[in-house]
Amino acid sequence: MELMLEQMPIVIRSLNVGFLQTLKLFAVTLLGAVPLGLVIAFGSMSRFRPLSYFTKVIVWIIRGTPLMIQLLIIYYFPGLVLGTPIWGGGEAGRFLAASCSFIFNYACYFSEIYRGGIQSVPVGQEEAGLVLGMTRSQIFFKVTLLQMIKRIVPPMSNEIITLVKDTSLARIIALQEIIWAGQAFMKGSQGISGAIWPLFFTAVYYLIFSGILTVLLGRLEKKLDYFR
Amino acid sequence: MAILEVEHICKSFERTEVLKDISFSLEEGQVLSIIGSSGSGKTTLLRCLNFLERPDSGFIRVCGETLFDSGNPSSMQESEIRKKRLHFGLVFQSFNLFPQYTALGNVMLAKELLAKEQPDYKTRKKEIQEEIRVLAEELLKQMGLSDRMHNYPHQLSGGQCQRVAIARALALKPDILCFDEPTSALDPELTGEVLKVMKELAEQKTTMIIVTHEMAFARDVASHVIFMDDGYILEQGTPSQVFEHSHEERTRQFLSRFTNG
Repeated sequence: MELMLEQMPIVIRSLNVGFLQTLKLFAVTLLGAVPLGLVIAFGSMSRFRPLSYFTKVIVWIIRGTPLMIQLLIIYYFPGLVLGTPIWGGGEAGRFLAASCSFIFNYACYFSEIYRGGIQSVPVGQEEAGLVLGMTRSQIFFKVTLLQMIKRIVPPMSNEIITLVKDTSLARIIALQEIIWAGQAFMKGSQGISGAIWPLFFTAVYYLIFSGILTVLLGRLEKKLDYFR
Repeated sequence: MAILEVEHICKSFERTEVLKDISFSLEEGQVLSIIGSSGSGKTTLLRCLNFLERPDSGFIRVCGETLFDSGNPSSMQESEIRKKRLHFGLVFQSFNLFPQYTALGNVMLAKELLAKEQPDYKTRKKEIQEEIRVLAEELLKQMGLSDRMHNYPHQLSGGQCQRVAIARALALKPDILCFDEPTSALDPELTGEVLKVMKELAEQKTTMIIVTHEMAFARDVASHVIFMDDGYILEQGTPSQVFEHSHEERTRQFLSRFTNG
């Protein structure tokens, strides 16, 4: 116990650095996947059959295979199999590869949530807009979108909180996020070796962060309570 | 000259023929009531006029302008249709108000979006928005909703919602205002308040087409009545011709349920 307290400042400093990388991956994934998911949702709802089939197959593959495998393939396949390493070396390259995998994976999940949200808005809303001379894009942005957002906040909250923890999968390509930072103390890092508690301690970071997100998303849900 | 001419409209869904050779015309300031049993094609006819459905054949002309001509495919382009729709307003059975806007917001929204297409919108933005607001407030006042302007649809009764929907349709100053069973989702008390504002509109010589099951109202307010059955116009004429001197057995049979009930 005394040793732990002694090690604490060093460990915290190191975990903070790792957690920053976790946060970065989380933020980049959200920023990319939220809009990309909408594009994929429109693709799968397209009346142009080949496009909707193509999109559905992609979504099936991405949702049907482990994110960890996708990470490994996206990171290693171009370099090892094709002989054209596109990601660049070092931490920056790993972060880029991880971001791409996460964005694409999460966009596919989001797209299905969006599709459900859009399709649950009564068709009368669109008809009312059409009759009032609105264009289809005006109807989407001024009428449908907010009603869809209201309906998808609970399932999106679920996905977003899952994403917080899924970022740890990037450890598999040695991205230096918080799990990697915690694990480093087992092998030896900054004068500490054979310590497993820092790895366990990372859970506190996830817990606090998802707690904050739960509160924020709950507030958003409340905020959209002004209409039904 | 007739404000609306409809000629030989036919419409099928899959193999079911819903409209069979529908022709009628309507003079400016007149009220046309369309009656008939459920499934007779009344709603589909209104939806064709508003371009929510596309007729298979026929001809629609408003104020002498051809809106739809099945012989001329260029009359069916999406961008054209949007402008043509503005000749008509439509009030739905289920209101279809936008839940995230207040009553006032519902009435203003479409008008604001259209105003953005005006060339002088950027320079006169404030002025135009103020004009739209004043117009919307006036319409809601006319509908007896001056104290409800800032309420959201879920805070309003069905009758109030439907009156907001009428104001919303009127805001675009359509040539012809269509009603698709506007009171069918309302209880008798709320029905009364909606019919009252519709009657006022008729007195102000608003050109209207009303699909309704309120027979007494159809008779009182209409200048012209159409009885539809199985996709055909079986009978049409003045209210007294259709209601009291109907030629067709089917019409008498349909109406007897209302006069005796």
